[in-house]
Amino acid sequence: MTARFGTALLRTLNAGILPYLLVLTHIGLGTALVYWAPRSNIAFLVLISSLFSLYALKTTRRFQLIVGTVLALLIIPVIGVRNIFYLEVIFQISVFAALALGLNIVVGFAGLLDLGYVAFYAVGAYLWAFFGSQQYFVLPFAPGTQPSNLPFLLPGDAFYLFIFIAIIVAALTGILLGLPVLRLRGDYLAIVTLGFGEVIRVLANNLDKPLNFTNGPQGITPIQRPTMPEWAVQGFNDLFGPLIGHTVSTADMYNLFFYLAALLVIVVIVKVTRRLDDSKIGRAWTAVREDETAAIAMGIPLVRMKLAAFAVGASFAGVMGVLLAASRTFISPESFSFMQSIGVLSMVILGGSGSIPGVILGAAVVTILNLQVLQGFSLYLSELRQSDAIIPLLNFAWKDLSTQLDPAKYQRLLFGLILILMMIFRPTGLIPAKRRMRKLADEQTGGE
Amino acid sequence: MALLETIGIVKSFGGLTAINRVDFELEAGRIVSIIGPNGAGKTTFFNTLTGIYQPDQGQIIFDGRSLVKLRPDQIAARGIARTFQNIRLFGEMSVIENILIGMHVHLRQSPLQTLLRLPAFKREEREAEHQALELMRYVGLAGVGNELAKNLPYGGQRLLEIARALAAEPKLLLLDEPAAGMNPQETEEVTRLFRRIRDEKGITILLIEHDMRVVMNISERICVMDYGEKIAEGTPAEIRTNDRVIEAYLGRGAVAGQHEEQLR
Repeated sequence: MTARFGTALLRTLNAGILPYLLVLTHIGLGTALVYWAPRSNIAFLVLISSLFSLYALKTTRRFQLIVGTVLALLIIPVIGVRNIFYLEVIFQISVFAALALGLNIVVGFAGLLDLGYVAFYAVGAYLWAFFGSQQYFVLPFAPGTQPSNLPFLLPGDAFYLFIFIAIIVAALTGILLGLPVLRLRGDYLAIVTLGFGEVIRVLANNLDKPLNFTNGPQGITPIQRPTMPEWAVQGFNDLFGPLIGHTVSTADMYNLFFYLAALLVIVVIVKVTRRLDDSKIGRAWTAVREDETAAIAMGIPLVRMKLAAFAVGASFAGVMGVLLAASRTFISPESFSFMQSIGVLSMVILGGSGSIPGVILGAAVVTILNLQVLQGFSLYLSELRQSDAIIPLLNFAWKDLSTQLDPAKYQRLLFGLILILMMIFRPTGLIPAKRRMRKLADEQTGGE
Repeated sequence: MALLETIGIVKSFGGLTAINRVDFELEAGRIVSIIGPNGAGKTTFFNTLTGIYQPDQGQIIFDGRSLVKLRPDQIAARGIARTFQNIRLFGEMSVIENILIGMHVHLRQSPLQTLLRLPAFKREEREAEHQALELMRYVGLAGVGNELAKNLPYGGQRLLEIARALAAEPKLLLLDEPAAGMNPQETEEVTRLFRRIRDEKGITILLIEHDMRVVMNISERICVMDYGEKIAEGTPAEIRTNDRVIEAYLGRGAVAGQHEEQLR
């Protein structure tokens, strides 16, 4: 019933120029809100959700492209440097969206349940962490004992090269893992990949002896970033200074840089995923997911196709790993826990397994929920707790509220609940996967 | 020369010998049926031919080369396509995509061509789509290219499975109970389709079927299996009057003259 109401509503909203007006109003409203209230979570949510309305409402492709570009390259950077936290949120959304898109190839397209996906992310991150820091010269020293004046192995600009190296290294890792385990199906595969994910994390944790590769639990720091040319900072300030209201520092520019880099990676990943999906390879993946026996009987080499899925998925994570290492300048095994793999998987499932816009939305929803909604709510509660306010009807003082009742602590409970509700009411995800409708020469477009 | 030849193949599961020393020869360009009671080993025979099972003993020669130890996808690439007893389509894919999967072994597009959408890729996709539409028309499935395979009616799904197999341009087509669950009219149409496939495309057909109207109508030769062994082989007329067949397949007491009726 709600679905029918939804479609009816969507039809009304999609008539004539109404969708254009709605999208522009939404963006304008969001921009204005964020501009006047740079600290408000709600204002930011309004702005970021305008991306969704841009996607969902029916406008021409060119309009979407232009408005999307303006939003991503003009509005968000300006607003972002006014409150760097926004850029951080968007950067994290992009990182997780890339991970979710990678996992989507493995789980959504090829139907291989991978519970250790974050391992490939770790491979990328540690790759740049090792070569982009002093770690090479730290090799003979136990953690914490190295002299402080060690040189860097490579210049920071090698970062760009390592983006590409990470693709290859992560893909190879994917193949290496895939070779022994891909004969397994379903649950067995899930368990083995889970184990592999843990192995990588434990390796990172313990590979500080005999040679100190990873610096153990303390992690590697500082990791270099590519150089930020002076003219870029200057130029940005000249261009947007009046709008922003204060001078933008090099540190802020780095945030902007990584935001843009992540955005670029996402665009490339989406393109690659789309093109693969709509080709012999993508069809073979789907066929393998649907029915392995029939797929192999039709001449699809199972192992090779599964390895390809693992390799492509892993390469996405590897690239994002490099980006993460550089943007954080610090990497430790903690960032690659099992919960991260589960988190990315829940993004894929929540958004719609196999659906590109779906998993991006899933990544956005989960990240925003984590970083903004829950934490904002926690903050609000703790403010109340410090005040003398009383819950009206119950006559209960806020300050007597247990500190255990902290929404941020209930994050996993909440995820569990959301996932259960999704499974009941919308098992195919927020934006379910659709097969491409072909314009077939000799037939009508075909009804529903 | 025989297109397919099996020499003494044996396949057993635990204590059960599903196929026991079957020697079988299939001439190119023929339509041949395998019949036998349930559990006679017919589907296992198919699965052994297509590499889903490896034979414990014996040799399978297809087109002059051995198929033993090859993976199913390699065997498919050699030119054997099949359909399944319980339909196995890719349900969440559209009809046309199912057929395109059948063409998998013939598509030459490289990953680079795919990612860069080079003209060679586009041309190949366009041609493949065109061919797929042609095949849909050929089997009588026109106009449903964008439907999900799982949404087709039963008869349509059977036809789609055949179209998907044809898309692989096989030399040999294995059909596992292709008329099961069809009404008499559909059965007749599908029988005609098989004959057309052989006559027009020159594809050799080996089918397992229980529907005796189909078997007797279409087969040039019939091979009868029982308890994993081949107990008889010959023309329909010969099989109809073969005592061992009557005994094994129709049960004792089936007398000449009643065959026709019972076989229905």
